Amino acid sequence: MKEKPIPLHMLSIGSFGRITELTAHNNSRRRMLDLGFINNTVVEALRRSPSGDPTAYQIRGVVIALRSEEASNILVENVLV
Amino acid sequence: MVPTHQSSPHDLVIALAGNPNTGKSTIFNSLTGLKQHTGNWPGKTVINARGRFRHQDKNFTLIDLPGTYSLFASSVEEEAARDFICFGQPHATVVVLDATCLERNLNLALQIIEITNKVVICVNLIDEAKRKNISVDLAKLSGILGVPVVGTNARDGAGLVELKDALLKVAAGDIAVTPLKVTYDNNIEKAVELLEPAVGKLTGGRISARWISLRLLDGDKSLWEALNHYLGFDLIKSGELDDLLYAAKNLIHSADNDIRDVMVESIVNLAENTFFESAACQTKQHNALDRKLDSVLTSKSLGIPIMLALLGVIFWITIKGANIPSSALASGFDYLENLLAGWFMSWNSPAWLQGILVQGVYKTLAWVVSVMLPPMAIFFPLFTLLEDLGYLPRVAFNLDNFFKKACAHGKQVLTMCMGFGCNAAGITVCRIIDSPRERLIATITNNFVPCNGRFPTLIAITSVFIACNTGAFASIGAALSILAVVVLGAALTLLISRLLSKTILKGLPSSFTLELPPYRKPQIGRVIVRSIFDRTLFVLARAVSVAAPAGAVIWLMANITIGGASILNHCAGFLDPFARLLGLDGFILMAFILGLPANEIVIPILIMSYMSKGAMLEPGSLEAMRQLFIDNGWTWLTAVCTMLFVLNHWPCATTLLTIWKETQSLKWTLISFLVPTITGIVICFTVTQLAGLLGLA
Repeated sequence: MKEKPIPLHMLSIGSFGRITELTAHNNSRRRMLDLGFINNTVVEALRRSPSGDPTAYQIRGVVIALRSEEASNILVENVLV
Repeated sequence: MVPTHQSSPHDLVIALAGNPNTGKSTIFNSLTGLKQHTGNWPGKTVINARGRFRHQDKNFTLIDLPGTYSLFASSVEEEAARDFICFGQPHATVVVLDATCLERNLNLALQIIEITNKVVICVNLIDEAKRKNISVDLAKLSGILGVPVVGTNARDGAGLVELKDALLKVAAGDIAVTPLKVTYDNNIEKAVELLEPAVGKLTGGRISARWISLRLLDGDKSLWEALNHYLGFDLIKSGELDDLLYAAKNLIHSADNDIRDVMVESIVNLAENTFFESAACQTKQHNALDRKLDSVLTSKSLGIPIMLALLGVIFWITIKGANIPSSALASGFDYLENLLAGWFMSWNSPAWLQGILVQGVYKTLAWVVSVMLPPMAIFFPLFTLLEDLGYLPRVAFNLDNFFKKACAHGKQVLTMCMGFGCNAAGITVCRIIDSPRERLIATITNNFVPCNGRFPTLIAITSVFIACNTGAFASIGAALSILAVVVLGAALTLLISRLLSKTILKGLPSSFTLELPPYRKPQIGRVIVRSIFDRTLFVLARAVSVAAPAGAVIWLMANITIGGASILNHCAGFLDPFARLLGLDGFILMAFILGLPANEIVIPILIMSYMSKGAMLEPGSLEAMRQLFIDNGWTWLTAVCTMLFVLNHWPCATTLLTIWKETQSLKWTLISFLVPTITGIVICFTVTQLAGLLGLA
């Protein structure tokens, strides 16, 4: 039984998600791929900016902040680590 | 055209590549002994820096490439780095990897060894990694990658000799390298197999045929111009590859997947495997300290207050600390002036010559140095310290939502931070913003950040009118006023950015990712040396070179009379009615106009012009300056409006020239001139008229 994937910006702070799909296009997609946002990668939602956006994510040992527009193009499923 | 950058034809040319924030520039500085500013954000090295060093009787030229995550050319920097590695014909390429984020860094290393086998891998920040309980097995990594791997700590110079040895050997071809090949899925491999022999024949083995074949398959158009220039003919239009490419692409089409995705996935996965084979983290939470710091510095309730407090404390230390050296410098200059005057007398020089040189040039210079040097020598090291710590990306993180709402790019904050140093530098850094629309917004609004040419003016006015009052909290009040000016500048930046986005620069914010790199322990010594030499003395030299001729001009204007009044008085009188509407006076407005070459000289010009009116006051202490201003009719409103006008008026000549160079457009340069000027006039006018209506002044 698998949960339905959610967009990354909906992932609650402190929880982990495994990437199932990248729906970004063109340059944005390439940049995400370069940063290692590829399928099956586990991402941790670290914290939200005091101004409400962007959110910092830990991915492959690096902390990357994404605005909700960008993060909504990454689909993840919740995982327990 | 890709230049080879060779200093001498016999030099070995070494390209220096790496991710942003890996200490790449520190490596560059340690190897070449050059002072290059190391930044904490991508794109700092927008213009390639080059330097030379000698090792074992061989001369090396080192080219610092822009810091990039990848070579898939999704930005100008990536394209520049890739083109140099491919076509710049370096004798060897160093890839600097950050030992604390090895996995992500390996991605770039794998892409580079796909292009060239003349590679040395430099795993930097080994100590930092050790502190975080990450150990990297360099021998194993070298075994996997098939190229030499050297561990370094560029900050204390550890491993640099080994790095130079390895470079020499690789450049001379003394080491047999067998670079790891990224293996792609079956279809891509079959397609490459089809293309590679023909490509190899056409390119004559000058570039990796496998790599060119891969790029032909993923259709990377950004490469062709540089490639064709390098080869001297058009590879695709030559027609010899048409059939093969068609057949090869057919092989992949059947796989029904975006080929670029598949390629990147293969590389990222290989990087991940390589990382797990060669490095070990003893603890899972190796970056616990970073997280703890972030949870305070970017917390919901404290993040922004802490940011403002830090800035406020920096201003307070600057104001408090600059007082004493300022007056000491001033009395020193006074003493020298008397000596100079005596020397001119004994030499029987004409009065006008002594006037121009001593009263004009020397006195202006003395003012510039004694008013500017102490605050800068305190402000810059403190600001650089924050920068070195890795705090600036956190500022961008904290404030990004405001910029998003203003339809501006998140990295605009970083260009503003540079603007604190120098607006011209801030505008050059706007190149890190890819979208032309958002780059223009950042360029036009950069002037709303007071640069260090304007800080001394702000500090002088607050010191004179606020900190000079008795009371224990005077200097705190002064610091708060400057903080208020900076916050107002930021608010105006957001407002004007939004206004521009809704009118002449319509559009939505473009995609934006921001790395929050690990915090680094600042190296106090380096911070001081760098901020004093790179920034303080640089800015001071620029101010002095402008102040000297300006001093002479002012003296002439004050001493040549037409119809009973000096030219200076004529001009000031002409400007006065308009200036009064803005809460200023004719002399203040004229000082701003004459200060176009550099904002630093506004206050010295103003003092010179006031003094030429007859009140021969010896410059020096802030008390003397305060008296001079009050004698010339300054009130609190004059001080406030002058500070507002400092924040909002035309950019200095250097900045305007930079804007023109960067935008290649007179129209945008003119708009960059008009936007802050009109803003300043509107704000000063409103404040003055309101104060008048309310009977406050």
